[in-house]
Amino acid sequence: MACSATTRIIHNPLAISSSRSAEKSDFSCKILSPSSFWGSASLGKKLLSVNKAISPISRRSATVVAVSDVVKEKKLKSSSSVSNLLITKEEGLVLYEDMVLGRAFEDMCAQMYYRGKMFGFVHLYNGQEAVSTGFIKLLKKEDCVVSTYRDHVHALSKGVPARQVMSELFGKTTGCCRGQGGSMHMFSKEHNVLGGFAFIGEGIPVATGAAFTSKYKREVLKEDCDEVTLAFFGDGTCNNGQFFECLNMAALWKLPIVFVVENNLWAIGMSHLRATSDPEIWKKGPAFGMPGVHVDGMDVLKVREVAIEAVGRARRGEGPTLVECETYRFRGHSLADPDELRDPAEKAHYATRDPITALKKYILENKLASEAELKAIEKKIDEVVEDSVEFADKSPVPARSQLLENVFADPRGFGIGPDGKYRCEDPKFTEGTAQV
Amino acid sequence: MWLCSPLIHSYSSTSLSSRHRPNRHNPPPSPPPHPLTPPPRSSFSVKVACLIDLSSNLEVHCIERKTSFFFIHCDGSLTSGLNLRNSRSARLSTNAVATKQDNVTASTASKPGVTNVDETPPSKPIGNILEALREGLEEEMERDPRVCVMGEDVGHYGGSYKVTKGLATKYGDLRVLDTPIAENSFTGMAIGAAMTGLRPIVEGMNMGFLLLAFNQISNNCGMLHYTSGGQFKIPIVIRGPGGVGRQLGAEHSQRLESYFQSIPGIQMVACSTPYNAKGLMKAAIRSDNPVILFEHVLLYNLKERIPDEEYVLNLEEAEMVRPGEHVTILTYSRMRYHVMQAAKTLVNKGYDPEVIDIRSLKPFDLYTIGNSVKKTHRVVIVEECMRTGGIGASLTASINENFHDYLDAPIVCLSSQDVPTPYAGTLEEWTVVQPAQIVAAVEQLCR
Repeated sequence: MACSATTRIIHNPLAISSSRSAEKSDFSCKILSPSSFWGSASLGKKLLSVNKAISPISRRSATVVAVSDVVKEKKLKSSSSVSNLLITKEEGLVLYEDMVLGRAFEDMCAQMYYRGKMFGFVHLYNGQEAVSTGFIKLLKKEDCVVSTYRDHVHALSKGVPARQVMSELFGKTTGCCRGQGGSMHMFSKEHNVLGGFAFIGEGIPVATGAAFTSKYKREVLKEDCDEVTLAFFGDGTCNNGQFFECLNMAALWKLPIVFVVENNLWAIGMSHLRATSDPEIWKKGPAFGMPGVHVDGMDVLKVREVAIEAVGRARRGEGPTLVECETYRFRGHSLADPDELRDPAEKAHYATRDPITALKKYILENKLASEAELKAIEKKIDEVVEDSVEFADKSPVPARSQLLENVFADPRGFGIGPDGKYRCEDPKFTEGTAQV
Repeated sequence: MWLCSPLIHSYSSTSLSSRHRPNRHNPPPSPPPHPLTPPPRSSFSVKVACLIDLSSNLEVHCIERKTSFFFIHCDGSLTSGLNLRNSRSARLSTNAVATKQDNVTASTASKPGVTNVDETPPSKPIGNILEALREGLEEEMERDPRVCVMGEDVGHYGGSYKVTKGLATKYGDLRVLDTPIAENSFTGMAIGAAMTGLRPIVEGMNMGFLLLAFNQISNNCGMLHYTSGGQFKIPIVIRGPGGVGRQLGAEHSQRLESYFQSIPGIQMVACSTPYNAKGLMKAAIRSDNPVILFEHVLLYNLKERIPDEEYVLNLEEAEMVRPGEHVTILTYSRMRYHVMQAAKTLVNKGYDPEVIDIRSLKPFDLYTIGNSVKKTHRVVIVEECMRTGGIGASLTASINENFHDYLDAPIVCLSSQDVPTPYAGTLEEWTVVQPAQIVAAVEQLCR
């Protein structure tokens, strides 16, 4: 584990607005020493020397250091003592359980989809669990999470019960959005999951707004508020205007937000390298005046380290951070994607870096828990997921009366009908048969 | 060019929840008495002249005598001894003024929720739409600390049309937020803020700029309450000036109401007088629904008396501007003034048009409109939208669907030409509906 040489965040020395011109140039060239920062440095060097697109494997090979290698290295140096570890036993088990839940749930989704229990677009998160778990498990209940269409696991990590998420996927009325949202629109007011957005980039301004509310509450309403918002999105979104506009506004007003890029290298069939002029997304943070960090997103402990720092920054009011997590999705873009474009060698390579296997290895080798305890967790999660499917199966489908509810918060918005009464007072309205 | 516009308003200063509708537990009378049945002449005496001078940015000077009812009336008749800017009054052509008895009417006694002020003349301020909007905004910001404004140049600059002038000094830079030029993102930011508890008002510097925010307005503003299963509400107000101005060019002269009308989950209102501007602004801010408030660039300097008392109008109701018998003219925003000018001519020619300012562009107030259709059996719609897919098109379809039996003739819809608004003044004039066309259409219809 890269624990002693922890990931360093590139701090922007220009946190306070001052003349930038001279400093900016040497800031962007600053690259940390390779040993302290897995991924970015050698990656940067390698990319600078290459003009053409390389297959992701060779590009990444220089930077890949499997967790197992680091653990070996560490063992050679010193005997591992508990004080050197990044996590306690409880934390380790929480992280493990959350990642296993994410994986098991998504696998069950695939099964259910192919059995015809859910339809439409379903985007699975297999392989990226480290990012969700690493970040969201640090949050309080009041903190907000905004995601994209690949949002099942973000909702689960934030605390939305698996039953509600599965029901929502089945389109039942007991789902977290009453069956009206679906796979791509997971919302929870109780757990502050602000969606679930189908168009990429759409959620980033919403996250910026939630962060704005936090700042507003603190400075205008004088409430004691240190809520943080996390915005998750992918590499494809980083070429979208809304991303850049929000980086600007968040840095400008020092909003308590962390922009988490889940760079899995592929936007459906478009390779990140083919779509982006400068594929190093973390560099775009300093361009707007916020720190940009690159982290190995297949390693939950590294992600957690970075997250602690980034969320801490936001909570202290120091402003936003851009975190690029290098990760990979084991399945296709969605369940309808044949996933033909990706090189099987690349997939195999990343399969060796499975975050769950890595954490399990870490826990066992550092004697944080026994094999039996981990197995017990896996069994428990299996039961939770089975139960959620059962619950969803048994739940009722939405009745017709639900059709016209929730279109407006104030249903008078449907207007006044020819008879002088508000449309929403018409009994057919509550039955769902009125034509509005 | 002068526009004499007799405006007869009846306003019920009701809260959002009350309205003068038949009690739903009793069968409604058919058809209900016209809300503006003229009372006996002696019970009120209100005459106001409103003059609109288009050559000087539509400054309107209104004179009003005291009234025993909570109404503001404008009609063409001038009475002496009142505050008049002499230069303006001298130019008023009295023979275009409607002096017939049955024109000046406003009934109030039977309206619930109307505040009756006493006989002594209240010294009510004259304000224009700008000031009315600002007052409405300020009152709501004072009332609820979660109300905030976001937009380009709303803070230090005071708003491109000065609607938010002075608010940033009073409430601070965070409550009146100057945003960078990123409509899609700051509209989305306002939506995120609305979801988490604030009540933002987004100003589009020109309504046309909100085309850049269409993604957020359609997907998030309109749909989020539904897709979240009712968990998050979006109490946002999106406002800004639109419409055809004075040679502003095609892109600054857009009418977005036709583009937004299909979005489910939003309400659209258009204000046309200082009175309804303030009332609708307050109603929109207090509403839990996302509301788009359309203002018009040329109407900002329109002056009128604004009541001192706090009042909030109903977002879903239309406004009876001038009751009549022969034909129903439905209009909104700036075209109201063209219609009223045409109405003057029509009255002199012996017609009796009923003019309704529909105000609520989505949803339509089918009650007021329906009652009118049932009375007159003829409808003319006058709007500034393009012909194709405009508000008029939807309104035509709606009236045909609901009141087909009551129509004696097909609905006539006068809209702007399907042309990008040209810069040249003469061409611009011909793209928009002019009073002469309205007069001709009514004459044709009522033959």
